[in-house]
Amino acid sequence: MKTELRFYVNDHEVMVSVESHARLLDVLRGPLGLTGTKEGCGEGECGACTVIVDGRAVNACLFPALEAEGRKVVTIEGLQKSATELGILQQAFVDAGAIQCGFCTPGMILSSKALLDASPDPTDVEIREALLGNLCRCTGYVQILDAVRRAAESLRKIP
Amino acid sequence: MSELRYIGKETPRPEGPDKAAGKALYIHDLVVPGMLYGKIKFSAHAHARITHIDISKAEKLPGVRAVITAYNTPEVRIGFLRDNLALKKGMVRQFRDEVAAVAAIDPDIAAEALDLIRVEYEPLPGVFTPEEALKPGAPLVHETDPSGKPRKDNLLPLTYHHESGDLQAGMKAAAFTAEGEFSTPTVQQCCMGTAGCIAELDLHGNLTIWAKTQIPFLAQRDFIQMLAEIGLKGRNARVVVPTLGGGFGSGLDTHAYEYIAILLAWRTGRPVKIVYTRDEEFECLSPRQSASTRIMQGCDRNGRLTFRKIDVLQDNGAYTSWGATFPTVMMLPSTSLYKVPNVYFDAQLVYTNNTYCQAMRGYGNPEVNLAIESNLDELADKAGIDPLDIRRINCNEPGETTPMGLKVTTCGLRECIETVAQKLDWAAKRKQGKRRGVGMASLFHVGGGGRIYRSDATGLILKLDDYGNVNACYGGVEMGQGMHSVLSLAVAEALGVKPGKVFVNPTDTSTCPWDVGTHASRGAFMACNAAIRAGKKLRDRIFEHAEVLYPEIVSKNIKAATKKDPGFKVPDIDFVKLAKKENFDLVDGFLFPKNAPLHPVLKVELGAMLRAIHFRNDGEMLSTEVTYDPPNELPDFTKGKGNMSTTYAYGTQGAEVEVDTDTGEVRILKFVAAHDVGKVLNPQTLKGQMYGALAQGFGYTFTEEVLSKNGKMQNTNFRDYKIPTVHEMSFPIELEFVETNDGIGPFGAKGVGEPGLVPTAPAIANAIYNAVGVRIRHLPITPEKILAALKEKKGRS
Repeated sequence: MKTELRFYVNDHEVMVSVESHARLLDVLRGPLGLTGTKEGCGEGECGACTVIVDGRAVNACLFPALEAEGRKVVTIEGLQKSATELGILQQAFVDAGAIQCGFCTPGMILSSKALLDASPDPTDVEIREALLGNLCRCTGYVQILDAVRRAAESLRKIP
Repeated sequence: MSELRYIGKETPRPEGPDKAAGKALYIHDLVVPGMLYGKIKFSAHAHARITHIDISKAEKLPGVRAVITAYNTPEVRIGFLRDNLALKKGMVRQFRDEVAAVAAIDPDIAAEALDLIRVEYEPLPGVFTPEEALKPGAPLVHETDPSGKPRKDNLLPLTYHHESGDLQAGMKAAAFTAEGEFSTPTVQQCCMGTAGCIAELDLHGNLTIWAKTQIPFLAQRDFIQMLAEIGLKGRNARVVVPTLGGGFGSGLDTHAYEYIAILLAWRTGRPVKIVYTRDEEFECLSPRQSASTRIMQGCDRNGRLTFRKIDVLQDNGAYTSWGATFPTVMMLPSTSLYKVPNVYFDAQLVYTNNTYCQAMRGYGNPEVNLAIESNLDELADKAGIDPLDIRRINCNEPGETTPMGLKVTTCGLRECIETVAQKLDWAAKRKQGKRRGVGMASLFHVGGGGRIYRSDATGLILKLDDYGNVNACYGGVEMGQGMHSVLSLAVAEALGVKPGKVFVNPTDTSTCPWDVGTHASRGAFMACNAAIRAGKKLRDRIFEHAEVLYPEIVSKNIKAATKKDPGFKVPDIDFVKLAKKENFDLVDGFLFPKNAPLHPVLKVELGAMLRAIHFRNDGEMLSTEVTYDPPNELPDFTKGKGNMSTTYAYGTQGAEVEVDTDTGEVRILKFVAAHDVGKVLNPQTLKGQMYGALAQGFGYTFTEEVLSKNGKMQNTNFRDYKIPTVHEMSFPIELEFVETNDGIGPFGAKGVGEPGLVPTAPAIANAIYNAVGVRIRHLPITPEKILAALKEKKGRS
């Protein structure tokens, strides 16, 4: 049984018809074609599918699609400034060497964004807490933390 | 190439922006029109006879396009000992054995169909440890070898042995000896992107497979062989490598799921995709092999090592993949880490009904390094020598030939040891007490290729276009390590263009030249060496053409400049006379005579020169191909002799720890890693490799272990199988790169992909011993093991 779902993705209103058991992840990656959101475990343990729903970082693999009705969802595709320009957080990840295989990167960036939106000048402990649910097997997290610090600094400079 | 413009500079990776934007395409993101979804039914037993399989219900499920088993498809033998079947017939020998597979129009239907397949088994007793498997009369995992000859025991028919010097004499010469048994668990590579492929056949029977692999060309060989087995002899297999969500060794062999996808594509005439779930990745992808190592070392009164004896026993699991060749790497540190004259090494591999194993970063090195470096501390303790001093006394030196016949070129081990000692404030911190301590461990690894196959080559094609772009066709694999970054820097440096003009092509066997595989820390060493050679060939060719074309272009430029600005001052220089091939230089994409004034009109843009070379009578489009095969030797592993690599990587890691004797928890206060990297190619990606390897080393040290009960894996998710999170990695890490500028290394560089995780565990174990006096010999080092050891120690005193 399919149900009509209306919500906002990256500031655009979208309408899709979805199975009642569908996960937000399936809707994003499937009919909406937003494959920047990754599935690493499907059990809410790795954070690769992190997206922002109404300002909060959530695992799209655990989030029932129909729960998104009327809400504002931000995915990695929504952070890019233009065809050739990344968002500040994305650019900080590139500049700090925070990206290796890149599979965890979209989720890492969105967890970081949810943090920085709420807390523009986070302590290291706060950054670590925000990224606790995002696993990375490549980087050892050192350059990821550096990227979030850099992004926070750049964002604070914007009036 | 004295002045380096790009090599050694902190440079973001070229594919970083697309990855940050979520635009990089992994196997999970690829869709081919008409594609079906494949899913595999795995065994319900660790060891059983298959008595009946009923697929009739599954076949009738709407949306199912094929149900295959070993009974309705040709036999497909896999693995380098050919002891495995893609689909199992008659017998299952491990829980992950593939007994049937389905292709359906969507993944849900495929999963539903699997539940409709009925498999009847007659369970058999199994063997689940190497010790059990070696007992006389133990159940045989394989009753016959692949040729049908009966087998008598569970030992693998592989010999790994080394003897050098005179072991008895070395033992006699020892004033002190130490011995012990150490073990390392089975661990999983845990790529964040799970394994998968899409297989498609064209109407000629040629295969295209998008594969998550580190060995596109060996995979091509395997798949071509498989095509012949299903009646498509002489057909091609094209392997295309999408963006990899991590590798770490998991992609070093071809996998049963890939052959099954090919069988399903062949059966249905449609492209078929199989992607593992996380649960399947844990349970059904070959992990790192466990090992137990018995070691004995001795030294004379001055602390000089007189002998080393190592016996390794490995649980191979039910079939053979590259895990069974770990001893080829174990031999390297066993014979060559520190100067030791009399060495004995032997390894035995045993079939069990556990999951069969494969490669992972370090490839046998961390397994024996734990034994060598922990035991060295024990020996130092017995001899009354500071562990730092015993390492100084026996330190490797440049120019030595080790007992295995490994020819050491440069060796920065001494600097690494001293750096760690100094950064840890060794002398003071050794005696600090308060349940705090420091420890160190070193490593030895291949750093200049690793010949484990008849060719250790890397091919590279550089194709120039009319606009000065350089397309680099490279058959190795970018899996996150920064391969494309260092390759584009090396090409830019060698040719004389800006790195942004270098485009590394997606890896595809149809467009890229052969490469043996991205393993053995060889990628950067090999590809950059090829780049240096290819860059030189192109420069030579461009400079030859420039003798005629450069004066023509400059004359045209001057004419145009004068037309635009009648007051244009023509430089007073005879550029026709200067136009000799040996006079030219190419820097940042501009060609000019080296000893001429730096006047803009004398600088010719590479694109303009290439167009001039191209668009004329008998024009030429410039490209070049280089095959770089390093001058190393394929060792005889039955004798443990042969110079496997052209240069070797060294490093030392050290830790300061605090042990809570009430809880057994270990806190790392400081970690130092000093590595002889030859030359830093890109500091940013190099640091990334080291931090990442260290994190894997910490996981190996403290938390990671595949738990298995009678062959059934117990922890198949990230809740129960703990890889380090950002929380565990919250201690200070200091990296130090020792540059030894190796003569054979590209720009002086050695391979460094694996070393970062090799000595991590023994460095920490040695620090724990210094802190609280207990020696943990079996990884992972859990609080329970520390508490038990503390209790036992208290009981003894």
